[in-house]
Amino acid sequence: MATEFIARGQDLELKGIRKEFPGFVAVDNLNLKIPAGEFFALLGPSGCGKTTTLRMIAGLESPSKGEILLGGKDIAGMKPHERPVNTVFQNYALFPHMSVLENVAFGIRQRKLTDPLSKAEKALAMVELEHLAQRRPQQLSGGQQQRVALARALVNRPSLLLLDEPLGALDLKLRRQMQIELKAIQMEVGLTFLHVTHDQEEAMDMADTVAVMNQGHIEQLGAPEVLYDRPKTAFVAKFLGQSNMFIGKVTETNSETTSIEYKGKKITGLTKRSEKVTGVIAIGVRPEKTYFHETQPIADPGLNILGPGEITDIRFTGVSNQYQIDIPGIGVMTVFAQNVGRSPVVELGAQVYVSWKIEHSFGLSDLPSGVEEDK
Amino acid sequence: MAFVAFGSQAPAKEQGPSKTSRVALFLLLPGLFYLALFFITPLVSLIITSLKAPSATGDIGRYDLGLEFGNYVYAVTQYAPQIFRSFSFAVLATVIALAISYPIAYFIAVKSRNRPLLKGILLTLVVAPFFISFLLRTFAWKQIFSNDSLVVNVLKDIGIFGADSYIIGTNFAVVFGLVYNFIPFMTLPIYANLDRLDLSLVEAGSDLYASPSKTFRKITLPLSLPGVISGTLLTFIPISGDYVVASRDFLGGPDTAMIGNVVEANFLRIQDYPTASAISVMLMATIVVLVSAYVRRSGTDDLL
Repeated sequence: MATEFIARGQDLELKGIRKEFPGFVAVDNLNLKIPAGEFFALLGPSGCGKTTTLRMIAGLESPSKGEILLGGKDIAGMKPHERPVNTVFQNYALFPHMSVLENVAFGIRQRKLTDPLSKAEKALAMVELEHLAQRRPQQLSGGQQQRVALARALVNRPSLLLLDEPLGALDLKLRRQMQIELKAIQMEVGLTFLHVTHDQEEAMDMADTVAVMNQGHIEQLGAPEVLYDRPKTAFVAKFLGQSNMFIGKVTETNSETTSIEYKGKKITGLTKRSEKVTGVIAIGVRPEKTYFHETQPIADPGLNILGPGEITDIRFTGVSNQYQIDIPGIGVMTVFAQNVGRSPVVELGAQVYVSWKIEHSFGLSDLPSGVEEDK
Repeated sequence: MAFVAFGSQAPAKEQGPSKTSRVALFLLLPGLFYLALFFITPLVSLIITSLKAPSATGDIGRYDLGLEFGNYVYAVTQYAPQIFRSFSFAVLATVIALAISYPIAYFIAVKSRNRPLLKGILLTLVVAPFFISFLLRTFAWKQIFSNDSLVVNVLKDIGIFGADSYIIGTNFAVVFGLVYNFIPFMTLPIYANLDRLDLSLVEAGSDLYASPSKTFRKITLPLSLPGVISGTLLTFIPISGDYVVASRDFLGGPDTAMIGNVVEANFLRIQDYPTASAISVMLMATIVVLVSAYVRRSGTDDLL
């Protein structure tokens, strides 16, 4: 069914893109390459420049500097309607004065291609909305409108499909369902997708590659698993999931391990998982990689052990419990424990030790702001 | 009808309470009373007057009740040129006003969207003429266009005008005055509509391969149609009945009289009330028919 829409997605390359608005720089020296057929997510908080980047690729903003190469051809000077790029807008931007079918056929009609209506019908069939073709967009639910917007873009078989927070307006359940559908459609049609989102789960769930953006530049780019497992900067560590972080001076480092001293305690990580091994560095660990113990664990060079501390908060989230443990002299740590019946059952106020394997530590290239440093 | 039209954007179909409760009827009473007193009564009175016959005593300005349908025939045959001229002027002035107002409204609502100061200044400029009575403003134009005015003299000096050419009293002067007076009534409804135009729809149009002019024709213009309809109605209807601009006291001359001037002359000078009433009734009926057809054609039935 979807063969109709299989197109040769094209490589997208951004070279030294900069965008200035009066009074601030939205995007600064952005370089990135998206191979054809990839599902690429641009992830960042609001105001990080991700939507501006997308709009520059669509042609709705023009970059102050830099090149936008699509299939090797610079499209930075082209008008939006000349670019082989289509966008699924955040609010869908469906034309209220046209039927769903006419909305989908719009791009085909503008390019004066043959059979606009039958092409539009096929595109609607792909998103399973052919029965609503004659309705007006306003008569559709949010999820249906979203799919119409997707069909309206896909029917044109663009070299590159841009998605601007397309799931942002949907409720959680529908969003999860649309994520699966969107990913399935992308795999089916093989187009290059550039998905802009501030939802880290959405980005990690759907994308082959995620670029984390912050203040107009890319902090880190890579497969979701890699980004999550080995964040290189404090921003990525905090933005993608949660982290416990410790800042201290490096006390010893060798080819195997690197340790810092944090408030009198030694915290160790693997040297190959550290961006920096001199001076003051930050070492972090994911809350779900940490364990707590009711009795003091036996000291082990392969383990970081902190404690004892008091459990000050327990939050039940369904599959796991999130514990806040206040360790005197260290600070508050977060520990996630799966509710699989294997972790010890502890209550608020219990005294516990926290441990994690040194190979689960990660060393950052910069220092997080707002975390107390051990002088 | 046109009052609803002023709300421009086609209203979403809302589910009103289906049963007419007594409270609702009670609340409607003042409105119904108002309509009966100020709309139905004069209308009936007008129709009765339009059918009156000259007084048996032959006194000027006195008429007896009757069923003189001949009044209508007389009015049409006597004043056909003025009737035709009225609607021609109204159509022409409305089209010109639309051509001038749409770009103004577009510039204020869309291009100045992110510049509140500029937008405020421009809107004030559109409304500013209302601060002065339109009689005065029309009279000012009479001065500007008068026979020994700077404008006429310059036109004569550069050779566009002959020695005995003039502006006041011409069709041009009247249409100019009508356009001038009604531009705000055209601009404001279109502005109100375009102000709510979702620009992401325009962006979506350009994203979907429509050139800027195509985007305008396929998206911006159709979406702003309710504003255009409101503006044209608010312009066309009052222009059809206008009796100031075309009057000889203002920009008109002997050959520019419109229906409004005929009605005024028959009512106030000749005191031929039945003819004046007959013309008024016909004017009203014609406008209702024209406007209904227009609104229906434009596919904005919601406005009626």
